[in-house]
Amino acid sequence: MNVRLYVWQRGTAALMAPLVLVHLAVIFYATRQGLTAADILGRTRGSITWGLFYGVFVLAAAIHASIGLRNILVEWVPGLRSRAAALISTAFGAVLVALGARAVAAVVLG
Amino acid sequence: MTPSGKPDLSVSIWRGGADGAYRTYSVPSRDSQTVLDVVTYVQRHLDPTLSYRFACRVGMCGSCAMTVNGRPRWTCRTHVSRVAKGDKLTVGPLENLPVVKDLATDMRPFFEKWQDAKGVFEPSKTRDDAIEPIRPDTRQRQLADAGVECINCGVCYAACDTVKWNTDYLGPAALNRAWTLANDVRDAGQTERLQAVASGGGCHACHSHQSCQEHCPQTLNPTASIAGLKRLTALAYLRGEIEA
Ligand code: HEM
Ligand code: SF4
Ligand code: SF4
Ligand code: FES
Repeated sequence: MNVRLYVWQRGTAALMAPLVLVHLAVIFYATRQGLTAADILGRTRGSITWGLFYGVFVLAAAIHASIGLRNILVEWVPGLRSRAAALISTAFGAVLVALGARAVAAVVLG
Repeated sequence: MTPSGKPDLSVSIWRGGADGAYRTYSVPSRDSQTVLDVVTYVQRHLDPTLSYRFACRVGMCGSCAMTVNGRPRWTCRTHVSRVAKGDKLTVGPLENLPVVKDLATDMRPFFEKWQDAKGVFEPSKTRDDAIEPIRPDTRQRQLADAGVECINCGVCYAACDTVKWNTDYLGPAALNRAWTLANDVRDAGQTERLQAVASGGGCHACHSHQSCQEHCPQTLNPTASIAGLKRLTALAYLRGEIEA
């Protein structure tokens, strides 16, 4: 890992730390209040705030996890070139963004 | 049995190169016996072809490191009584370095990485300038002092899993050295050094799992030094002083 990847990985980790806490707090709130799926969707649909919150979360997690995957590949797959590791982890990050964007769209749009 | 009444030690020692094997020797047990004493006994009395390195015998030169019962240690300051399992001792060459023969490893990669990390002082003054006084109580000098007693033994390098997994990784000793120089206000090579340790095999490859610190016979803390380099390089990168 070079200094650029380091700054992005630790930066996204720092960004995710509060997001994870809010996410957990919301889960607790929703279950304690006994909210139904319809109640939750009623609050998230059309909400720019929740769209931004989970949109940023998805992006940060995709960047963070793909850099992490790259590190694991470099260390654990003998003979793998760093270009190949970069390619695989970028593809993995793209999949995470796609899956995450789909999930965010499902709760915010429509 | 020896005059001390203790049973002999059963000592397995690595013989040969990378494809060698352990061979077992019987060595009389003595009081205050070091692992280096045991290895020396084998060479002097049992097999003169045994190869190993040592020089100072008092923990200063850093040449006697070996793997003792699975852990990297400086053998001249390691008492058998502290590490033997029963009466058994296994002594092998250091990990993470090519074996030359028996207990001697090729230390070149270790020292080449020391160079790659720019672990060399770059003078900012000439012999004609006045000597610059450095106060020992400044923060930077204290940071440098904390890491400066390295004896280049390679124990941390052998203990580090990241060295094993990532052949480009500069390793704890070279990075610790770079950190002491990064805190030397007389040094003129700071940007080049930060650039060197911010590359692919540099300080950011370290996972902070502290094996180096755990095993360093000088009780240095390379993990902390590397964390310092991560901070310095990240700041220099964000300021645009170095590139990725
Ligand atoms: C609050 C949230 C998070 C924080 C604070 C965090 C922090 C970190 C840190 C500090 C590292 C570097 C470890 C090292 O150098 O050994 C790391 C590595 C990693 N993280 Fe995260 N992380 C978080 C969330 C996530 C999430 C959500 C994922 C997956 C989607 C993830 C996947 C990874 C992976 C794959 C690595 C590489 C493992 C390694 O390098 O040893 N992390 N994380
Ligand atoms: S803290 Fe870093 S240098 Fe030390 S053993 Fe772990 S990975 Fe290696
Ligand atoms: S840091 Fe400690 S273990 Fe590593 S080479 Fe220096 S003295 Fe030996
Ligand atoms: S022989 Fe010099 S440190 Fe052990």
